[in-house]
Amino acid sequence: MTEIADFHAWPDAQGRFGEYGGIYVAETLMEPLAELTAAYEKLRNDPAFIAELDRDLKYYVGRPSPVYHAERLSKHVGGARIVLKREDLNHTGAHKINNTVGQALVARHMGKTRIIAETGAGQHGVASATVAARLGLKCVVYMGAVDIERQKINVYRMRLLGAEVVPVTSGSKTLKDALNEAMRDWVTNVTDTFYIIGTVAGPHPYPQMVRDFNAIVGREAREQVLEQFGRLPDVITACVGGGSNAIGLFHAFLNDRDVRIVGAEAAGEGIATGHHAASLAAGKPGVLHGNRTYVLSDANGQIVETHSVSAGLDYPGVGPEHAFLKDAGRAEYVGITDDEALEAFHLLARTEGILAALESSHAIAQAIKLARELPKDGLVLANLSGRGDKDVHTIAAREGIEL
Amino acid sequence: MSRIERRFAALKSAGRTGLVPFVTAGDPSPDGMVALLHGLVAAGADLIELGVPFSDPMADGPVIQHASERAIAKGVGLANVLAWVAAFRETDAETPIVLMGYLNPVEMYGYAAFAEDAVEAGVDGVLMVDCPLEESHVLEPLRQAGLAQILLASPTTAEGRLARLCEAAAGFLYYVSFAGITGAAQLSTGDIAERVAGIRARSKAPVAVGFGVRDAASARAIGEFADAVVIGSALVDRLSGAASAEDAVGRARDFLAPIRAALDAR
Repeated sequence: MTEIADFHAWPDAQGRFGEYGGIYVAETLMEPLAELTAAYEKLRNDPAFIAELDRDLKYYVGRPSPVYHAERLSKHVGGARIVLKREDLNHTGAHKINNTVGQALVARHMGKTRIIAETGAGQHGVASATVAARLGLKCVVYMGAVDIERQKINVYRMRLLGAEVVPVTSGSKTLKDALNEAMRDWVTNVTDTFYIIGTVAGPHPYPQMVRDFNAIVGREAREQVLEQFGRLPDVITACVGGGSNAIGLFHAFLNDRDVRIVGAEAAGEGIATGHHAASLAAGKPGVLHGNRTYVLSDANGQIVETHSVSAGLDYPGVGPEHAFLKDAGRAEYVGITDDEALEAFHLLARTEGILAALESSHAIAQAIKLARELPKDGLVLANLSGRGDKDVHTIAAREGIEL
Repeated sequence: MSRIERRFAALKSAGRTGLVPFVTAGDPSPDGMVALLHGLVAAGADLIELGVPFSDPMADGPVIQHASERAIAKGVGLANVLAWVAAFRETDAETPIVLMGYLNPVEMYGYAAFAEDAVEAGVDGVLMVDCPLEESHVLEPLRQAGLAQILLASPTTAEGRLARLCEAAAGFLYYVSFAGITGAAQLSTGDIAERVAGIRARSKAPVAVGFGVRDAASARAIGEFADAVVIGSALVDRLSGAASAEDAVGRARDFLAPIRAALDAR
């Protein structure tokens, strides 16, 4: 296990988090990525850009989102206090907007007129279509045909916002294939097109840029918890698919060594069944979608099809910074099954009046487990990364209810 | 001198342009793969690019992706690909073979094990599409074992990088003639002639040009200024409908013959 002096010092100049990350793409993309890196490096240190972003986050997204002490849930669980970071209250209903607002501003500064995005659950697609509409940019969203079927409401939302939704029918017809297709579009149309990647994966600078735009979640939460409870949480948790909401929450706490960090991956029907999407818990280091990270692949190195009740976690890779945090021993990654997530969904609905996204329900399930391990004055902070309205049909269908 | 270097030296002294067909290993038929490789040589191939199937071929268009998916569905993996090369080598010691693919299958095989087995099988070079020069430290065991690391250059490659690519090029430098995926768009040959001439003047290694070459006319136009011409998607597309292994060989011959003739008529 490597000793890391400062977790905020990554990635390095090559875009690497230790041995993870980097730029594993075809030659054609090297120059566009170099241009993006240069543009982003300039903007991220530019006070005018930062002020512009802060304004958008405050007045358009509705930040800061509150930190909410879920007292009835905590009491029901009978352990430590469970506190929720309410990213579900953001405009468009999830943390994804933090990133798309930021990247859209970068796109505009770079003079790009067309936005493309990939989406799994549709939350990132909606968040991309939203910012594109607001800035008057053309928007094309790639989405796996399977995901289009299980997330019809979000598909319609994107179309209402003026985006073109392109079904992807190759491979497993899910998020990873949508990402391949978006990357192909970008290679072909790179002069006028900006690719808004929705998670902390992809080639450098995406894992850094997407993290930076989401890191406001943890910065706010850290301050809010200190203010409300007079101390830092004992443990923080978030769901991990690609890992953008998780890194967003975790980043501000990485150097607080006493704060335990736990990521909840989708264990689907159970890791032992092979039907899951737990890249960190069950995968191996490999190369996928432009970066070195933990991936789920078979003996021939083919990326395998994943399973989760939640489309947003159904991804066979994971952001390279999570791979780095796992190897460094700074964060633990555990699996939450479909059933555990659904149970947490219902419990949160009944005790707190909050419908969580199925993705976020994995974090709630993990928070419940962690709270049980701690005394009553303990403090568990979970990222409620999105709201569950989009999942109502999935849940009803799973429970045999016709709407 | 390596097999690739010998082949390009022979082409140069004969004043010929190299023909480099690309096929996806295991497509259209795993059982007919070795026969197909020999068929490509009989049809005029100077060097063969053999695609290693990968589930997520980000830089490839639909034609090669579907060929990959068909091969994967038949269980084709890197070990099969190496076995076919070894079988091909039993009766062809001269035609260089370059494996083209993505890193993850090699990563899972293990770089050191792959390097040893690939050399043993008779592979000459490796083109890892998602491994640019900047990340190619991972391929060090392959280079140590004597495999040429084939590098790509593209219309978007900036000057500084191009100089580094020309310096590092081994075997040959693969110039991607336009920014896009394999099998897309038409070529505007005038635009790339000048660029390729510039690269040839600087590169230690010969320059092969690919992406968008689909028939005798486009091959001949590219052949005017390249050391070799790569033909991929158009050939894979032609092979995909083959009814049998024999049919695939026949299709390869019928497709490549006019291209070979056009290159030789220069």
